[in-house]
Amino acid sequence: MMMRKLGFKLTLVACVTALVTIGIFSFFNTRSDSRNLLAEVERHASQLSDAVKSATEYDMLLNQRERIRQSIQRMGNQPSIQRIRVMNKAGEIIYSSDRGEIGRMVDKKAESCYICHSDGEPLKRLEMKERTRIFRARPDASRTLGIISPIYNMPSCWTAACHVHSKSQAVLGVLDVTMPLTEVDKDIRQSQLEILVFAGGAVLALSLIIGLFVKRWVDAPVKELLAATRRVADGDLRYMIKVTRDDELGMLAEAFNNMTHRLSEARLQLFQSDKLASLGRLAAGVAHEINNPLTGVLTYSSYLLKRAGGQPEMQKDLQVIVRETMRSREIVKSLLDFARQSVPNRTKADIHRVIDLAAAVVENQLAINKVRLVKEYAPDIPPVTIDSNQIQQVFINLFVNAADAIGQAGGVITVTSSKLSLSPVGTTQIKKALCPKRHDLLDREYRIDGMPSIRIKVRSGAEEGFLHLDPVYGLDRAGSGLPFEAGSGAAFMCPECSSSLIAPKTTCPKCGSAVYAFEVPFKGMVEGCTRPGCKWRRWEAVDAAGTMEFVEVKVRDTGCGIPGKDLARIFEPFYSTKDQKGTGLGLAVIWGILDNHNGTIGVESEEGRGTVFTVRIPVKP
Amino acid sequence: MKEMRDILVVDDEPVILEGISKVCSGDGLSVDMAENGAAALAMLSLRPYRIVVCDIMMPQLDGFQCLEEAARRKLSSLVVMATGFSTLENTVKSLSCGAVDFIPKPFTADELLSVIRRTMRLSAMLGPASSGEPGPQACLVHVAPPQRYYRMGYISWALVEDAGTVLTGVTDLFMRSLGEVSGVSLLPAGREIAQGNSCAEIRSADGMAHGVMCPVSGKVLERNAAAEAGPELLEKDPYFSGWMYRLLPSDLERDLQRLLAGSSGKF
Repeated sequence: MMMRKLGFKLTLVACVTALVTIGIFSFFNTRSDSRNLLAEVERHASQLSDAVKSATEYDMLLNQRERIRQSIQRMGNQPSIQRIRVMNKAGEIIYSSDRGEIGRMVDKKAESCYICHSDGEPLKRLEMKERTRIFRARPDASRTLGIISPIYNMPSCWTAACHVHSKSQAVLGVLDVTMPLTEVDKDIRQSQLEILVFAGGAVLALSLIIGLFVKRWVDAPVKELLAATRRVADGDLRYMIKVTRDDELGMLAEAFNNMTHRLSEARLQLFQSDKLASLGRLAAGVAHEINNPLTGVLTYSSYLLKRAGGQPEMQKDLQVIVRETMRSREIVKSLLDFARQSVPNRTKADIHRVIDLAAAVVENQLAINKVRLVKEYAPDIPPVTIDSNQIQQVFINLFVNAADAIGQAGGVITVTSSKLSLSPVGTTQIKKALCPKRHDLLDREYRIDGMPSIRIKVRSGAEEGFLHLDPVYGLDRAGSGLPFEAGSGAAFMCPECSSSLIAPKTTCPKCGSAVYAFEVPFKGMVEGCTRPGCKWRRWEAVDAAGTMEFVEVKVRDTGCGIPGKDLARIFEPFYSTKDQKGTGLGLAVIWGILDNHNGTIGVESEEGRGTVFTVRIPVKP
Repeated sequence: MKEMRDILVVDDEPVILEGISKVCSGDGLSVDMAENGAAALAMLSLRPYRIVVCDIMMPQLDGFQCLEEAARRKLSSLVVMATGFSTLENTVKSLSCGAVDFIPKPFTADELLSVIRRTMRLSAMLGPASSGEPGPQACLVHVAPPQRYYRMGYISWALVEDAGTVLTGVTDLFMRSLGEVSGVSLLPAGREIAQGNSCAEIRSADGMAHGVMCPVSGKVLERNAAAEAGPELLEKDPYFSGWMYRLLPSDLERDLQRLLAGSSGKF
């Protein structure tokens, strides 16, 4: 398992590469080191030879043999010198620091002589390199460097008083100096050891560092991706990878999150429709099951009611049973109608016709409540692309609500229509907002006029808080909402992952402050000034679209009005002001329908005076 | 073959069997009961019945299979389907399979009686094949819907107009099965109606209210105010001036598949 891991393989390859590189480097380094050392010793030996020659030259000329011997003896006793000896042409050792060998003949095949005498006729000139030799006296002894320097015949030699040498001789003898290489060898070994230790340490350190970073940069994120993939495969589509990096693996993680997010949305939709389908099946099943007992009750009770002609009291009671059973029947029927709900079907429609049809449905109820419906239609309203049934439901709901608000006393509902062109600024709702790491910024708890606000974490100095932006582009109804004053250097962050929302290269064209930015999927970036009080915002995709045409319908009633505390919440699901009478779903459903049409609904109310609902539907879908 | 009886009720739910039996016997009709399709078919081979009231959803032999079997045996009994709302679509289908009427469960005694009485009249009009004793109204001539008309059982008709709208009304036979008509109530324009749902109420002289099943789903564009004002128009000219609604159909193609050609079949 370990051998198969990507991180391990990468580290291994890096280590082997380092090992080979450093190994080769160390090898050549030690080789050149020992060469240099030897060359140094050779040079030293050569200088020494020259020094010996110079020191004895005068004595030689004078043929002071004893003095020469003493000089050589003294010099030979130096610790760095093993032996100094002088041989004559015949190979006899004339002087030596080792007294014992004086007078002994040296074998010309011996290694100190071999170089010149190998081919019978001796050579007369030798290069420095050829004059030195490194050998071991015994196989177990330490190495020794020997250098021979020929003693050439010079005019002073044959003219000297002793007349030992004739003029014809070229080489008179050989000075042979040997030096122990023990110290040098020790140095070389030391240096080799040092390089070896260094190389080993370097390889080890390199492996550790590479291993560590591979683990951090590759292993850990890959492991997390793998774990996330497994979790998603196991069905946990809400799982998100914490993206903290901006390299390719970070991008991969982000893409992965994005994919999972879309997948979960698709699944949610599927789940939703599946849920509706199962609910439909359940409703159908319940309807079928409940129908038979209901049929029994209804048949018998209605039969009894028919036969109870002479007993008014019993007739009255039976009427209650029949009436309530028939009500149950209607409930079952509406349950089935719900299960059969058709998919939205948008066509071009005349909004006035839709309103008229809605008014026709509630006609009776309005008449009972003595409510007069006044229609003030503008003449030039263009057709709108809508699902007429759904929009009709919107107006039916609004009329019923208005009638309820008016109560028994009677009143007027006025429906006015108008056409208006609106700049997208101040009308377009931001329905989705994402941070760079694709976290949802919408806060469904904190709503502004019924719409989820956009939540941003702001940190200024030591203080931290949440800023709720108005979801309507161009409006700023929320103010800053921060419990502290955000300074100019305040950090704007995603509440979830704390990644910065500050746009890196942009500044506010109005005041030059930093600019925050977030993404609206498929609709580009929304930008805004971070300075409190500066209203500058930019949304290129929407700004470019220009003005939009809307049909606006106002439904105004003369009812009791809505208290301010309820006004902000009336579009929330299950929020009902009618106590037991309503489900609290009516306005939420309306809001949903209009939202699906990219339309809006707003409300203004004055307690005791009445309420105005304003519905806006875009002419182009 | 034994003497003909009025009604055979088939349902797997005893309370419904008892209930229907009680209401119908209270109306002076002879009623037998069967708890499943097989028992019903066995009883049908023993003696003739004018009407079979049959549930659709039954274990083993369901309502459709009973209907098929009755048709195969060429039984003269008229079959009325009794079923819950959940199988409304099936009910429409059953009408194209030979059932003459249907009554949605749950029903009140009066709703049941209105269907039973008109079916009894229909049975009498079509002539009792097995009893050999023609009733007083037997062999009454009735007018089938014209060519190009579609019909839902013997109850209602639909005509697709050139504009794509649909004109609907009731058949001559249905009107005749009601006996004397005292009033008609129609739905207002703008209302959505689903195929097989009751779209109008016709009151007969015996105090019964008869629901008229709508042949096509759609939205009411126009109702025939003249017919509502004078219900005799429906009796006199049911296929032309006695129309009921002009509808904007919502799914015409599907609806038409479940309807029969105007002048086909046994009516």
